[in-house]
Amino acid sequence: MTDVVVTGLGATTPLGGDVPTTWEAALAGRSGVRTLDNDWAEVYDIPVTFAGQLVVQPSEVLSRPETKRMDPSAQMAIVATREAWADAGSPDVDPERLGAVVSSGIGGVWTLLNGWDTMKEKGAKRILPLSVPMLMPNSPAAYVSLELTARAGAHAPVSACASGAEAIGAAYEMIQSGRADIVVAGGTEAAIHPLPISAFAAMQALSKRNDDPQGASRPYDTTRDGFVMGEGSGIVVLESAEHAAARGARVYGRVLGLGMTADAHHIAAPDPEGAGQTRAMRLALERAGVTAADIVHVNAHATSTPVGDMIEARGIRGVLGSDADGVLLSATKSMTGHLLGGAGALESVFTIKALQDRVAPPTINVTSPDPELEVDLVRDTPRALPADGQLAAINNSFGFGGHNVALVFGSA
Amino acid sequence: MADTNEVLAGLAEIVAEETGLDAGDVTLEKSFTDDLDIDSLSMMTIVTLAEEKFDVRIPDEEVKNLTTVGDAVKFIEGAQN
Repeated sequence: MTDVVVTGLGATTPLGGDVPTTWEAALAGRSGVRTLDNDWAEVYDIPVTFAGQLVVQPSEVLSRPETKRMDPSAQMAIVATREAWADAGSPDVDPERLGAVVSSGIGGVWTLLNGWDTMKEKGAKRILPLSVPMLMPNSPAAYVSLELTARAGAHAPVSACASGAEAIGAAYEMIQSGRADIVVAGGTEAAIHPLPISAFAAMQALSKRNDDPQGASRPYDTTRDGFVMGEGSGIVVLESAEHAAARGARVYGRVLGLGMTADAHHIAAPDPEGAGQTRAMRLALERAGVTAADIVHVNAHATSTPVGDMIEARGIRGVLGSDADGVLLSATKSMTGHLLGGAGALESVFTIKALQDRVAPPTINVTSPDPELEVDLVRDTPRALPADGQLAAINNSFGFGGHNVALVFGSA
Repeated sequence: MADTNEVLAGLAEIVAEETGLDAGDVTLEKSFTDDLDIDSLSMMTIVTLAEEKFDVRIPDEEVKNLTTVGDAVKFIEGAQN
């Protein structure tokens, strides 16, 4: 079986405009969540007035025509892709052996809703001809394919908040199955718009801590009351180990395994037993050929919802058993908010950086941990992972619809 | 009513926004496709934005006749009068 390694990382997030600043802010335990600087509360009476918003707007780094041709979700993916590709050394690769798998949970929601606003105000004649290529959910994948001339395939698996992780899983399988030597993969989301905010709030999914935005995302805390919307993109460059070695590429880490399952329980609520989640983790470990004892770190899905966090935590304890005692658990959404379709990709970047630097990032805002939590949670300040030997870590991502994705990464 | 220079300046601004070209390069004799490298979707975007800016109607069947920037300026001027 082809070994798959990670040779490039890119991101634009509520913590920074690239991976180094984002990772530094995460290790420092900073929150990227802020009160929205707009009139949505007055005009629409939206119940939630804060979110994890980008530090660097794509318009600050892309050309004016690029920002006009792409929905913000694709713009963010392109920003992260350029960083990741340069970080990988802009590899020389046959276009037919280069793939792009970039997902969004919601797609071009700004384009769609702005277009509808224009239509209501000015009529159909004012709808711009690029509307369809901007709003289609495969647009970020297609633009990444165009950007890099990636012709092995461009894909956009959609599974709500698991989309970014599923994209990385699909990229891993593209290389393993021999379809590509390099695949640029990840997720992106630009849904901080009053409609999605109100829709998630209507599900009672969002924290309503309007008076304390930075303290609102508090996974595993007893007072957690929902997730915090975030935006941004995370992108990884995956490569066959052979191809990376042949060009002398710097290797961040390895993709060791993938487990994907579906709950078939409820359209939005997680299975209270977490059976699909634990099965995803078990399948990922099995495919990785590692045991629970090899796992030193878990970047949890942990969105800060009252029900979801503990289902996952019990699952981690169940899968890892007594070996969970040696695991450092991090919930980085406490700092970034929840990037929806971008989350699994950004958290894969965090997991890979954690293995590379041998440090687990902190979880902030946990002042009274849920008494049922039986995994060692990294709180407030980063903690060291074992200094020696090969390390492995799990990144979990779950999405509305019952989608469960567990990725196992290994140190270089 | 805008004169030729005003229409050209307004159109050049739209083309510059859409393509990233310098507005100064958008001159009357330039061909949209051959000189400015504007594809059909971008052309339709420019038409849509020009209709709004100059408050004119540019029928879809007319767009294929607008080969140069000068053709478009002339059409817009005529439509305004």
